[in-house]
Amino acid sequence: MKRILPALILAASPVLAEEIWVTNEKDDTVSVIDTATMTVTRTIPTGERPRGITFSHDYSRVYICASDSDTVQVMDPNTGEILHDLPSGEDPEQFVLHPNDRHLYIANEDDAITTVVDTETRKVIAQIDVGIEPEGMAVSPDGKIAITTSETTNMAHWIDTETRELFANTLVDARPRHAEFVKDGTELWVSSEIGGTITVFDVETQTQKAKIEFEVKGVHPDRVQPVGFELTGDEKTAFVALGPSNHLAVINAQTYTVEEYILVGRRVWHMAFNTDKSLLFTTNGVSGDVTVVDVAKRTPLQTIKVGRFPWGAALRPTPD
Amino acid sequence: MTCISPIRKMLAVASAACLWFALPAQAETDLHATYLQQRVELPPVLSNLDTPPDDLGIAGAELALRDNQTTGKFLKQKYTMDVIRVDIGGDLMAAAEQALATSPYLIIDAPAADLLAVADLPAAANALIFNTSAADTTLRDTDCRANTLHTLPSRVMLSDALMQFAQSRRWTNLALITGGHAPDRSYAAALEHSAQKFGMKITARKEWLFDADMRRNASQEVPLFTQDLGDYDLLLIADETNDFGRYLAYNTWLPRPVAGTEGLTPTAWSPVVEQWGAAQLQSRFTDQANRRMAPQDYAAWAALRTLGEAVTRTNSADPATLRSFILSDDFELAAFKGRPLSYRTWNGQLRQPIPLVTPRAVVNQAPLPGFLHQRNEMDSLGLDAPETKCTAFQ
Repeated sequence: MKRILPALILAASPVLAEEIWVTNEKDDTVSVIDTATMTVTRTIPTGERPRGITFSHDYSRVYICASDSDTVQVMDPNTGEILHDLPSGEDPEQFVLHPNDRHLYIANEDDAITTVVDTETRKVIAQIDVGIEPEGMAVSPDGKIAITTSETTNMAHWIDTETRELFANTLVDARPRHAEFVKDGTELWVSSEIGGTITVFDVETQTQKAKIEFEVKGVHPDRVQPVGFELTGDEKTAFVALGPSNHLAVINAQTYTVEEYILVGRRVWHMAFNTDKSLLFTTNGVSGDVTVVDVAKRTPLQTIKVGRFPWGAALRPTPD
Repeated sequence: MTCISPIRKMLAVASAACLWFALPAQAETDLHATYLQQRVELPPVLSNLDTPPDDLGIAGAELALRDNQTTGKFLKQKYTMDVIRVDIGGDLMAAAEQALATSPYLIIDAPAADLLAVADLPAAANALIFNTSAADTTLRDTDCRANTLHTLPSRVMLSDALMQFAQSRRWTNLALITGGHAPDRSYAAALEHSAQKFGMKITARKEWLFDADMRRNASQEVPLFTQDLGDYDLLLIADETNDFGRYLAYNTWLPRPVAGTEGLTPTAWSPVVEQWGAAQLQSRFTDQANRRMAPQDYAAWAALRTLGEAVTRTNSADPATLRSFILSDDFELAAFKGRPLSYRTWNGQLRQPIPLVTPRAVVNQAPLPGFLHQRNEMDSLGLDAPETKCTAFQ
């Protein structure tokens, strides 16, 4: 009896009490997955075409880009109640919360604008002209730089968060989708969906440092389309969603080379880790499900049915 | 943040405030293009439900111009465009000469014969011309020109797409009804070509010779007209002028689907295309033009975006530089069809997926799975390198 006890304590420990929130683009809902049971425990209605999703630092609020409602919704994650809407500019697609936990940088896809919203005063504090179809958003860990990528202009736009002006515009391959600062903000990674690459920039100089390329056996290179990606806790490994090739690439973040590919659901978009980053949850747009991946073993564990066209994903550790 | 020094910046461009102090005077790259349209007389049709918009094609070019200008402002590249419209009976050659005197870049919206006359002008020898409205297969074949690229799919690209679909559904026996206009016969010829290419059988052919107004009596005429087609799986309609085709569906003697210029239609673009970010292009177009985006708008958009993409990547506005970059392996255009688009080096045709649509949905998109190609699956649509008689690109 005593021997099993530690296992039971572990099972009940707060570490495992966590949820993955998934936005369903064509269902106007969020599916909430309980990672302990790997089941959808709640389906919460949202505004139209929910895509980007992120939590406030204390997880007391969840921000949701309701693209076709032209708003960012602020929801109480405990009750699922919409507390209020934020003025977001038209067609918000992705956003990023500044380290100050207060300013949201929002890509307005239809308007070629990045909107900065103060979540406390609920006011737009800046709008910055960027390229056509802004989408990917990132902010440096020190909060000094925000990035918008524009899908048709094919650039990463570097925003000084103090002056809220562009200080650099760097070309990448066609249709940049997602951006992340990695390695303590020394590198910026930008994925290009149609170009089929990830460009790695040296942040200090805004120059290209490396380019990551992909090759999935049996899939035409045109169909290998990198979109969302995440890095493991030690930042040695990156997982990259490859869209309609239905695979994740596992990247060695030191050598910028692919180590292996993992088969997931159809048209994989974005992903979120659990708290200890042992599991990865990918949103598979066309198959309408989430693949759970064992990060250490690099194997898919199971598939969880969610709503139609799941897109964004975010982790919420739950208090209990 | 500090301004970026020119040495460090490479592709980076400083913001306006920094720019003037940090960068030495740098020549702007200006690209001026002309949209040259020859207006044409359209034959009368039975229904006046769909009148072509006055800005067909032009609105697509204008959207691409704005896309290019937005990108250009970050790179010190300027884009401008003139639109010249020549009336029926007007002097297209004079207009073309005038356009070529100001810029080597022409978007041509004119029938094939006019296009060729412009492309063959001495002043056009070093020009770069985009054909955005003539689907004639001969322009990608015996009548190709080294200075002319094609963003609109040829008719055989469309008919190949349709035949791939019919074959994937195992609809191998086909009947064909062709209208009396020259474009209808060209469309029918493309269908015949593609049927043979994909091993399909056209078992019955008829020409539409009625001159009655089908709005009143299609239900009486069409069943009889289609009774002697025998048995078939799919009825093909070649009616590019949209005269009679709309009255055939549901009135055929046998209950059969229709496809071609009516029913299931292979097309460069349609308002129902929404995947691969297309919804964004559609809504930007509709916001600007107050109507939905047609194939010719898409072709004109793709032409001007091709120039924009080439200028962005080469930082040049020299036509020889741009042409060689556009025809190189490095060129790729993100054009909302789920794959990077590029140009065929043997005839200047933009290779692209072809959506197969109804008025309400995308039914499928060619190339369909299983139609393989040693180079690029998209080259299973249209004239491939071994079959084209085009030599101007060699």
